[in-house]
Amino acid sequence: MSTTEKTVPNEAGREAAIAKPRWKIWLIRPETVTFLLLIVSAIVASHLSPFFADAGFILESSTYYVEFAIVALVLTLVIISGEIDLSPAAMMALTACLFGTAYKAGAPVPVAMAVSLLSGLALGAFNGFFVTVLRLPSIIVTIGTLILYRGLAQVLAGDKSIGSFPAWFVGIDYRMVGIFPVPVLIFIAVSILLGLFLSITIYGRQIYQIGTSETAAIHAGIRVRRIKMGLFLASGLTSSIAGLMTTSRLGSVRYDLATGGELTMVLIVMLGGTYIFGGRGSILGTFLAAWLLVIIATGMTVANIAINAQLTVMGLLLIVSIIATNWIYARSQR
Amino acid sequence: MLKNKWMLVAALGASLFTGPAFAADPVSIVYIPKNTGNPYFDSIIKGFEDGCKTLGCEFTTVAPATAEATSQIPFLTAQLQRGVNVVAISPNSPDALNQVFDRARSKGTIILSVNSDMPGSEDHRDAAILPVDFTKTGPSQVELLGSQIGYEGDIAILSATTDAPDQNVWIAAMKDTLEKDPKYAKMKLVTIAYGDDDPQKSTTEAEALLANYPNLKGIISPTTVGVAAAAQVVETAKRADTVKVVGLGTPNQMRRFIENGTVQAFQLWSPYNEGLLAAHFAVGVKNGTIKNEPGTVFEVPGLGKVTVGEKSVIKTQADLTTFDKKNIGDFNF
Repeated sequence: MSTTEKTVPNEAGREAAIAKPRWKIWLIRPETVTFLLLIVSAIVASHLSPFFADAGFILESSTYYVEFAIVALVLTLVIISGEIDLSPAAMMALTACLFGTAYKAGAPVPVAMAVSLLSGLALGAFNGFFVTVLRLPSIIVTIGTLILYRGLAQVLAGDKSIGSFPAWFVGIDYRMVGIFPVPVLIFIAVSILLGLFLSITIYGRQIYQIGTSETAAIHAGIRVRRIKMGLFLASGLTSSIAGLMTTSRLGSVRYDLATGGELTMVLIVMLGGTYIFGGRGSILGTFLAAWLLVIIATGMTVANIAINAQLTVMGLLLIVSIIATNWIYARSQR
Repeated sequence: MLKNKWMLVAALGASLFTGPAFAADPVSIVYIPKNTGNPYFDSIIKGFEDGCKTLGCEFTTVAPATAEATSQIPFLTAQLQRGVNVVAISPNSPDALNQVFDRARSKGTIILSVNSDMPGSEDHRDAAILPVDFTKTGPSQVELLGSQIGYEGDIAILSATTDAPDQNVWIAAMKDTLEKDPKYAKMKLVTIAYGDDDPQKSTTEAEALLANYPNLKGIISPTTVGVAAAAQVVETAKRADTVKVVGLGTPNQMRRFIENGTVQAFQLWSPYNEGLLAAHFAVGVKNGTIKNEPGTVFEVPGLGKVTVGEKSVIKTQADLTTFDKKNIGDFNF
């Protein structure tokens, strides 16, 4: 594509009115806002506390958030397709409790892990069934299943925690490759894979199409329901992987594992500039936003900033980033 | 290169100084309560602060927003990064913090579990500072209520969350006492309600108890939020003469109910003394003046002689303090 062309298809595949200089297209993007916030927050955090600027410490602290961040990558695809899934944190808990229960019942760890992964797929399929077959709004369905799955986890595991897993299974966050804990590497790998999937495959394009206009996508012969079902399955599977990672990190499971995680996941996706109404967004944005969250949360915690101030900052940040995202998309629509 | 030489010289110089050079550094202690906004923990913090004033240690406190099992972990990691010597913590989970504790201890940080222990995970902390001999909590609550209702009638328990380890241990002991001790044979536990330590939910649950069990003679609420809510509900419903409320509460929140006769007596211990004792113990262990092993006896000004028990459990006082009209004026926390 040369710059002399008069029309440049934008992300949604529409034809823009006038060709914009390429630097504008690259610079005025939500991901750029996220990236700038990332730089600013890293500088501020370094000034807040002399203990912050230590790669080992930041990476260690990031392991508390990457479990959610990995799920947020898949959630990005779900939101781009115009749906939402609020049940991943509850799926993490339920699949982890199934793992613990299977292990306690005498299953070897690999078998228990398989049980957990399969149940993750089943829970995702359950969500997908209501959304794609019964055509119910995903926000209602997944609020329902978030409560249902969490309840089932409590029924299954009771109020006790299940622990005493074998040593090789425990402490994934302390297995290092160089200075990187394994969960962080998994996060980076999944980001690259999903980033490529979304940007260079036919399916990736189709996800954007569905989010932009479902009706148009159906008329264009895109198998909308099949793709959405696939996304909900992916969400369930990824949640069970994240649940196993959390279990390994904590060395025990309980029904309240990952409580409130769904909000953290949505926060990461929104901070990354994905459009809540679908059709726009990127894996790169979510990837950067996850690090933004790590920097801000870790920076404030190590500076002994009170938690209420921390929550205020997070809330303001989310509002600012959503306003920026909307403004950028509104401008590029014109 | 030159810089490295100087570093070497400095290191050699430092190595000539032994223990005393380090003892000059004040011991730094951080206390991580279960969550923010719980007045009970403010008393513990006050004890720590006063203890550190006399001992000259550095004290800070940080807390998560929610009392969820894993919410304390990022705070713990951040404090270790700050290089504190002692982490005192009221753990939100009996085992979810084990991995982080192990890591902290391998770096020489002392981990003290304060106000509750971690049942089954005692190997992962250095010592536990408990407010009182918890094996007596359940039975003495049952006795306190029994003495007020003539050891007869329907009773209910209003607890915190379904999975709070301390609550469940005490409730199990209450059931055990009711079943096994013939003295309480005519007292019948009809239900256990859970108010999640949330004032609104505790109030709703207490109202439901009064509505569903018209013959109810008493409510035991072994949690500060629950006992105040239950007292308020009984007072509003004007049932104070037929339904007796006992439980674990703080004098300041229960003062009104004691003075107007809604509640005859409730029990607790001194969270302030816990903080004070924990500060003294922490500094002593860090400086090597107190051995952290069962049988060690050490002195805490104002509390007298304290003994380290089995599994390094330290009980701040033996029996619960009972608060009633006679003595409530002597306390302010």
